[in-house]
Parts: sequence; structure tokens; C-alpha cells
Amino acid sequence: MSAAVVLPRASGADMVADTGPLSHLRRDELESFGAELDSIREQVLADRGARDRRYILGLIRTQRALALGSRLAMLAACVFHPWLGLPWASFPAFLAVLGLGTLGLTIAKILENMEIGHNILHAQWDWMGDPEIRSDRWEWDIVCPSSQWRHSHNVVHHTWTNVMGRDRDIGYGMLRVTERQRWSPFYAVQPFSFLLMMSLFEWFIALHDIEVAHVWSGKRSWEEARPLVRDGLRKAGRQVLRDFVLWPLLAGPFFLWVLAANLVANVLRNAWTFIIIFCGHFPAGVHHFAKRSVEGETRAHWYARQMLGSCNIEGGRLFHVMSGNLSHQIEHHLFPDLPSNRYPEIAPRVRAIAARYGIDYNTGSLRRQFGTTVAKILRLSLPGPVRTRR
Amino acid sequence: MQTADSARALFPGAADAPVAATPSRSLRSRLARAADLFAWPLRSSHYLELLNPLWSTHTTWARVVEVRDETADARTLVLRPGRGYPAHRAGQYVPITVTLDGRRQGRTYSISSAPGRPPRPGCFAITVKHVPGGRVSAHLVRELRRGDYVALGVPQGEFVLPEVARPRLLLLTAGSGVTPVRAMLQELAVRDALADVVHLHWAPRAADVIFAHELHALAASHPGYRLDVVTTREGGAATVPGRHLSAELLDAYCADWRDRDTYACGPRALLDAAATHWATHGREDRLRIERFQPVLAPVAAGATGGRACFRRSGVVVETGAQQSLLRAAEAAGLAPAHGCRMGICHTCTVTLRSGRVRDLRDGRVTDEPGARVQICVSAVAGACEVEL
Ligand SMILES: Cc1cc2nc3c(=O)[nH]c(=O)nc-3n(C[C@H](O)[C@H](O)[C@H](O)COP(=O)(O)OP(=O)(O)OC[C@H]3O[C@@H](n4cnc5c(N)ncnc54)[C@H](O)[C@@H]3O)c2cc1C
Ligand code: FES
Repeated sequence: MSAAVVLPRASGADMVADTGPLSHLRRDELESFGAELDSIREQVLADRGARDRRYILGLIRTQRALALGSRLAMLAACVFHPWLGLPWASFPAFLAVLGLGTLGLTIAKILENMEIGHNILHAQWDWMGDPEIRSDRWEWDIVCPSSQWRHSHNVVHHTWTNVMGRDRDIGYGMLRVTERQRWSPFYAVQPFSFLLMMSLFEWFIALHDIEVAHVWSGKRSWEEARPLVRDGLRKAGRQVLRDFVLWPLLAGPFFLWVLAANLVANVLRNAWTFIIIFCGHFPAGVHHFAKRSVEGETRAHWYARQMLGSCNIEGGRLFHVMSGNLSHQIEHHLFPDLPSNRYPEIAPRVRAIAARYGIDYNTGSLRRQFGTTVAKILRLSLPGPVRTRR
Repeated sequence: MQTADSARALFPGAADAPVAATPSRSLRSRLARAADLFAWPLRSSHYLELLNPLWSTHTTWARVVEVRDETADARTLVLRPGRGYPAHRAGQYVPITVTLDGRRQGRTYSISSAPGRPPRPGCFAITVKHVPGGRVSAHLVRELRRGDYVALGVPQGEFVLPEVARPRLLLLTAGSGVTPVRAMLQELAVRDALADVVHLHWAPRAADVIFAHELHALAASHPGYRLDVVTTREGGAATVPGRHLSAELLDAYCADWRDRDTYACGPRALLDAAATHWATHGREDRLRIERFQPVLAPVAAGATGGRACFRRSGVVVETGAQQSLLRAAEAAGLAPAHGCRMGICHTCTVTLRSGRVRDLRDGRVTDEPGARVQICVSAVAGACEVEL
């Protein structure tokens, strides 16, 4: 990795900031940092084509085949249940096939939510002009309707990443993830809220988007929230009906087994997406920003903030696909609408640029990123000054 | 009969079109609706498509089952559409969508085979001529192979035979314009209604005549069908004078043209000449024209193009006064929704945010923010910003 260039220091007037992670840069340096990132973006935009389409179509086909195959495996498992008394009956075989189906469905749901759904909703694939793969028409397989999530996520979170008081994803209104959030007794239970949120993540996202807390406190009128609640309930109803009633019904007397398998698949999926997403903005060393500091921000400055406010996770190719390439959270936040299969390709270049300009590029193993997140959650559940440790 | 649900599915990209009809009561559609609950948020069709694209109802696919070269630059593709695809009428066209460099591109093609008398049961044919510099026609003629798939819309169009048992017809065709007329001729032959039909076809050279063999054979076996091929560039490259449509030429080949239902399809020059001729003789009600390209108004001298800003994609381009915003956007790597590309279907309509655009068909300028403009037939006039 190249070392940061040693730059002649100028007077304070042309510096980006007096303090903070960008205080070593002059304004023109920050602008040329932005120009370098812009040129990566331009290159990828111009290069999109048949190869990218093959990637997303192949992935969608694989995911659908896996989802259907896994659900059928769950039903097929029933023929091994000793209760039917068939010659090949065996309880371990029953559990093994059911378990395989559950694992397959978990993986299918993860792929659907992350590498497929999340990225389609970011308009990463709109350039293909395919009416079946469009950000404004795609509906994904979690309880939160796409349209609501697109607003809260793409508009609010991606614009105001890690800006205190603006980005509603800082702790999702439930957790204290930076000491800049004032402590209240409510945060004392956050180790438990954390686990609850992990297993029911999709439901929290759904409530988060309706801004339940604001409706409760009267900041958001019920009139305003009503259509969102109605759409949310309708969507949730269909999800529940499919996973916990219809497919289990097909298993007849083994209803409860298949229901349990679906439940496990949903919880595992929730936990996995939760882990990946929490590693995106909460690990040790991530930066937060005051509202004031982003006033009159240039595009280059916005890039720098996205870089400082996001964290990558290191891993192999399969891991990146399973994380929806949110393991390249930095590249995703810099270029939210570039096709996700391009993030691993541009990551080394982005990292090299970051190093040259001396801007933090926060990356580490899953263990490091999630470990420091958990440590932070535990520590910040208590009040008092925090010792910074990197 | 076609149910509302399947009709909706047949228009690619029309998934959000309102469906007003009463819910169908047929067993199959009820089963499909029940299965959709298991497939939510997708439809059961998305899973069937994995097994066989022709079983899909959310997109109508067709498989290329045969590829046949007609001339050096024209090719017939025999297509097998998915189940429940509606029958067409001879002369109608069909929207076809292909993928070029990862992007979807749609064009319309006349069906060149008669309904129910296809080259193979359950199939129909289109015949495409490679337009120089053309993107989709190049793909269809040069690259598409047997076993490939294209997406289809429903057959449509008013260029169809009159409701008469044995019509007296004059057919004027040139180049690839022969395609819808070939379907009509097949239909008439099958109905044994080829009693009094005169067909005038223009081509540069005899070797360029699409369906030459078949049409000559038809003329030989049907005394009621007369075919005259006018070649305009025999021998050298120069155009032979006096060979294009004119009053004299018409009187020479078909003196009683006034009394016939006339169908014309071909390049703009032929169609414009025919329209003028029939209108000056007060016979425009007997002439039907099928255009493959929109009629554009001459762009005023001094008219300028300018800067087009596609707001949602954040792309800004400089484009000419003649180039449609659709083509400008495609050239910039965008893939806006579109259908006919000639101002008919309104699939491409977007909102004008600011600035001025000129309608390429009539030269009318629109500068009202919020106006809905068809980008396939609009060019920038100075500068504009559209929701794209
Ligand atoms: C109702 C209807 C029926 C049609 N039926 C047939 C058919 O049966 N067989 C067939 O081959 N085509 C048919 N066409 C034309 C077809 O839809 C396409 O326009 C044509 O294939 C060119 O598309 P492209 O993508 O190759 O050209 P583009 O890439 O869109 O255009 C390239 C260049 O060619 C010019 N151009 C576009 N269309 C034509 C044309 N038809 N003739 C000459 N120059 C053109 C354009 O102005 C441009 O400069 C039909 C069109 C319509 C509207
Ligand atoms: S594409 Fe049909 S009107 Fe423009």
C-alpha cells in the first residue's frame, strides 16, 4: 500500500477543516480526491454491459431455483418421518432433509434481500431498461414494503450518512452507537434490544420506516402515517401467510415442523443481514459528523464523509456475494448506483486513493468489525466518558 | 378468450397498467392466482419461467425455432410464442424486444405469415431487413440464433384486409415493406380469395426482392394475382429514371387503380408519393399506408439542438436539432422505456421540467414545465431538462 503523500502545509484559510479527520487536507486537495473518484465512476458507467446483465440474471435464476428447491425439500422431508411408517422412515433422515431445506431457504432469502433486492432498489440495474428489474417496481421478500424503504434508506440514510440528527439509521432510534448520542436509562437495556433487533430485524426496519416513534410522540401525524401503516400491514400479512400458513399447510400433519423451518430461515436471514449491516457504519474507528460540518458541502467533501462514515469487511468472493457486497460498504456509499458486482473490482483503486490522500479507509475481518461493534454497544449502554481505542 | 390478467402480462413493461375487467372464473386462472400466493412477492410464472420461458405469463417470450435467409441482408425468423398468445390478423405488427449490450431495445415488426397458416403450427414469422447502421435489425439479422428468445407484445395495427369475401386490391410495396403484404397474400390464397389483386413491388435489383420465389410461384398458380417487380438500379449503381411511383407508371401498370382498395408499405418516398397522388385525385379513403418510420417535419433552417439534461440519471448531453431525445439518451448509455419509437404508443412519455423541446413530427415547440413529452419524436430546442 502506498504511503500518504507528504504535502506542504498551507495557511489555515484554505484548509478543509480546523479539526477532525480531514484537517490535514487543503480544499484543492480534497477536490482532486473527488475528481479521482468521479473518474472511477465514469469509467464503470461507460463500461456497463452484457457481462453485468449476465451476472444479475444468473444470480436471480440461481436464487429462485434455490428458494423453490428448498421449500420442496422441506415437504419432501416429511416422507422420512417415522409417523408415516414408510419402509425408509428414519427420524435423523427427516431432520437432515428438513435442515437442508431450511439452510437452502435461508441462503435464498439472504441472496434475495441483499445482493438482489437491496441493489435493485438502489437503481443499480435500471440502466438495463428491463421492466422486470427496476428500482420502482421491485418488491422484495421482507415485511417492509420496498417503496417505504427506498425513501428512508436511499434518500435519508445515503444523503445524510452518519450526520447526527439527520441520519435516522444511527442506532435506528433504539441503540446508542456513538458517545455523541446522549445517554438515557433507555439505553441501559441495549444489550437485550440488540439481540431482539438481530432476530426480528425485518420488523424493526418496517417500523423504523413508518417512524413509529415519531407517531407515538406526536411529531408525525397519524394521518400521514396511516397509508404507510396500511401498506405495511398488507405486505406483512402476505409474507406471514406465505411462510407461516400456506407452505406449512402443504405439509399436512407436519404443519408445525415446516412452520418451524420457515421461522428458523427467517430468523437466520434477519441475523445475517443485521450483522452485515451493523458492520457497515458502527465498528470502532468510524466517524460521525455534526450537522454544521456538512453545510455547503461539495461533492468531494460528500465523498470523503461517505468514506469516513462507512466500514468494509474483508472476505472471499462467496462472502461478498452473500453480504450483497455490503462488505464493500465504502464503495457502495461512494457509488450507491453502480452495479454491485463492480465493487470488488474498484475497491483496490478506491483504497489506494484513500491512502494517497491520507483519508481513513476502515476495513477488517468480520470478527474485528462485528467484535468492536458489540463491544461498543455494551460499553455505550452505560453512561460516562469513553476511552478511545482503535 | 383472453383474460384481463393475461392481457396485462402480454405488454412487457405494463405491469402497473390498471386492470378493470371482472376477475376471470376459469379454473386455470384461479389455480394460478392461488399459486401466486405461494410465490409472493413474485408470481408463480416467475418460477415456471425457470423451467421453460414459454410458460411465463409475466413476460411473453418467443423462441426462435427457425432462421432463414431471404436475401443478402434480409432474414426470416420463425417464432414460437408462449401459451395463450393471441392470434393476429394478416397485416398486423408485433412489438419485439431484444437485449443489446445488456440493455433492452424494442422495435416493431410486421408479421410476415398469415394467421393459422404459419410455417409451423403455433408459430408466426417476421422478416427483418438489416438497416445500415441499425442496431436491432443488425442483431436480428446477423446474431440471433435458433433457440434464442425475444420478448413479445401483442399483435396490433389497422393495416388489415377489408371485410370483403374477394377484395379487389392494389398492393404497393418496396424493400422490407413487402412483409405485411406477404401475410395478406398467404391469407387470401388460403381463403381462395386471390381473385383480382395487382401487386407492384420496387427493389433495387431482382436479387433484392424478399420472397421473390414464393411470390412468383403464387402469381404463376393464381391467375387472379398479378405481380410486377420494378427494379430501380439494374446493372450499375445509378437509379434508372422514371421507375419510381408516378401517374404515368401507375396508369401503365394498373389503369383502374381508382377502383381498388390500395395498401402501400415501404420507404418514406414511396408512401409520400402515394399519399399525394391518391389525395390529389380525391381517393385518399381507398388508400391505406403502413409506415415503418415516423413522418418528420423538415427542421427549420437555423433551428439548433442544444443541451439536454436527464434529471434523474444526472446525465447532460449536447444533441442536434434532428436527433430525438430517446436516441440521445441511448447514446449516453441510458435505457429509457420505449415501444413504437414513432410517437404512437406513449410508452416513452416523460415530464418536461424546464426548457424547450420540438416535436419532430410537426415542428411544434413545447416549453411549458410539467408538459408530457414523447421523447422518441422530440428533440431539444435550445436547452431542456426532462425527468429521465
Ligand atoms: C409498424 C412497423 C412495422 C415494421 N415492420 C418491419 C418489418 O417487417 N421488417 C423490417 O425490417 N422492419 C420493420 N419495421 C422497422 C423496424 O421497426 C426498425 O425500425 C428497423 O428494423 C430499424 O431498427 P434498427 O434498430 O436496426 O435501427 P436504429 O438503430 O433504430 O436506426 C439506425 C438508423 O436507421 C434509420 N432507420 C430506422 N428505421 C429505418 C427503416 N425502416 N428504414 C430505413 N432506415 C431506418 C434511423 O433513422 C437511423 O438513422 C417496422 C416498423 C414499424 C413502425
Ligand atoms: S416509443 Fe411509442 S410513443 Fe415514443
